[in-house]
Amino acid sequence: MTPLHLLSIVDLARSIAARSVSCRDATEACLERIALDNGRLNAFITILAGRARDEADLADAELSAGRYRGPLHGVPISLKDLIDLSGVPTTAASRLLEGHVATADAPVVARLREAGAIVLGKCNLHEFAFGTTSEDSAYGPVRNPWDATRSAGGSSGGSAAAVAAGMGYASLGTDTGGSIRIPAAACGCVGLKPTSGELPCDGILPLSPTLDHVGPLARTVGDAWLLLHAMAGTSSPPVLRAADRRPPTFMRLGVLRPYFLDVLDDEVRRVFEEGLARLSGAGVVTDDRVIPHAGDIATIYLHLQLPEASAYHAPAIERRPDAYTPAVRLRLELGRYVMAEDYVRAKTGREVLRREVDAALDGCDALVLPTVPIVAPPIGSATLTLGGRPHAVRALMLRLTQLFDVTGHPAVSVPCGHSAANLPIGLQLVGHRGQTRDLLKIAATCETVISERG
Amino acid sequence: MKDQSPEDTHQSAVRAWLRAAVGDAEHRGLPELKPLLEGLARSTLALRTADWNDTVPDAPTVR
Repeated sequence: MTPLHLLSIVDLARSIAARSVSCRDATEACLERIALDNGRLNAFITILAGRARDEADLADAELSAGRYRGPLHGVPISLKDLIDLSGVPTTAASRLLEGHVATADAPVVARLREAGAIVLGKCNLHEFAFGTTSEDSAYGPVRNPWDATRSAGGSSGGSAAAVAAGMGYASLGTDTGGSIRIPAAACGCVGLKPTSGELPCDGILPLSPTLDHVGPLARTVGDAWLLLHAMAGTSSPPVLRAADRRPPTFMRLGVLRPYFLDVLDDEVRRVFEEGLARLSGAGVVTDDRVIPHAGDIATIYLHLQLPEASAYHAPAIERRPDAYTPAVRLRLELGRYVMAEDYVRAKTGREVLRREVDAALDGCDALVLPTVPIVAPPIGSATLTLGGRPHAVRALMLRLTQLFDVTGHPAVSVPCGHSAANLPIGLQLVGHRGQTRDLLKIAATCETVISERG
Repeated sequence: MKDQSPEDTHQSAVRAWLRAAVGDAEHRGLPELKPLLEGLARSTLALRTADWNDTVPDAPTVR
């Protein structure tokens, strides 16, 4: 039997609705895991135990009075600590924001709370979301629940570690180059980046405004579905039913191979190909698709992301450069040297890539590729050798995800299996722009097929 | 004297930009930016010489 703190939201909601589990029980179960594991994993910066207990009791009182808000009623979740929660510090894992307390909930948070969710705390991250490992944090590195010597991925590393370790049933993260999907893959959970602009980023500290997305990390695709609906303003979100899922025999997936599978850890390649074989075995049709200018993705991303981040941080970099962690400060300084003409060129490149992803999706339901080319790297590693060549960890982590922040297509990472060392590996599905819910229906089918032991 | 090719023009411009940027970074007490700027310069050259620049409407002759 699955322990209470590891249930899916869908299963927990059923128990809460039936009054066999109280909201307080669920909250206590998560707080107990936080008390046991946060010292080891460093997933939380702020823990709101008292506030969460009070809200859980209120949620139980509402149930007693006959008011059931829906499947998120009394469900404890967490927030990446650059998302505002009224009356609570937003630190962005930086000393720069010491003493800063949010005065209002971010709209996506307000909507989740209206749907009944209870916020347990604020999660650790790579400082200002500017990194892929969650190591550069004023509060120390986040550690991976599967192997505490390894990174949890980033930048939403604390969120992913919390979900994977049962310290809350879901978390909100942000994704500018892969910061929801990368840690989801590294920690073995589901991470959804919706279509660009689908959810409001107000009340969330920006990294690079034209690339930023907010989205959920959860244990299952069905849970991510609930959170997406609630964050979009559906106060009583519908459960993803079996009938909503796309049957595998009615699915066509485009496999991105050139460039995307060129630099890949052997274990990731094996697990990804096994996942594809399972999908094919279940009747999913696959064919290979190409992004002709895939080789330009990183350079286009860099010339958009760096100057946008630096523009936001320029005043603070001038006033208090030492308040940043050294590596983040350097990258922010770097962005100040990008020339305006190159930012404009990158915007043209973005349109080229957008058209190419649209074309690759033509005639298929989703594109499929690994989420990250490597398993979670050891904390402190700057380079890793793949195929006999050294590669920067940062470039590897972003390699397969950043394209879809540039183009705005929705993308979700679902667990695909484990390496021989039992480290999680993610499979990424990319949908048509504006069709995030259809993508989740496809992802739910893939999740089921891949998790079935053949 | 022969005209420079578009690639050569971009290479010269990026080289000049890199020299100035490294000098500025050193002047500002940030010598550790040099390897990052060198990486950015390689990336900028790739951006400027990408073939899709040719598709920009009304682009001047130099890519």
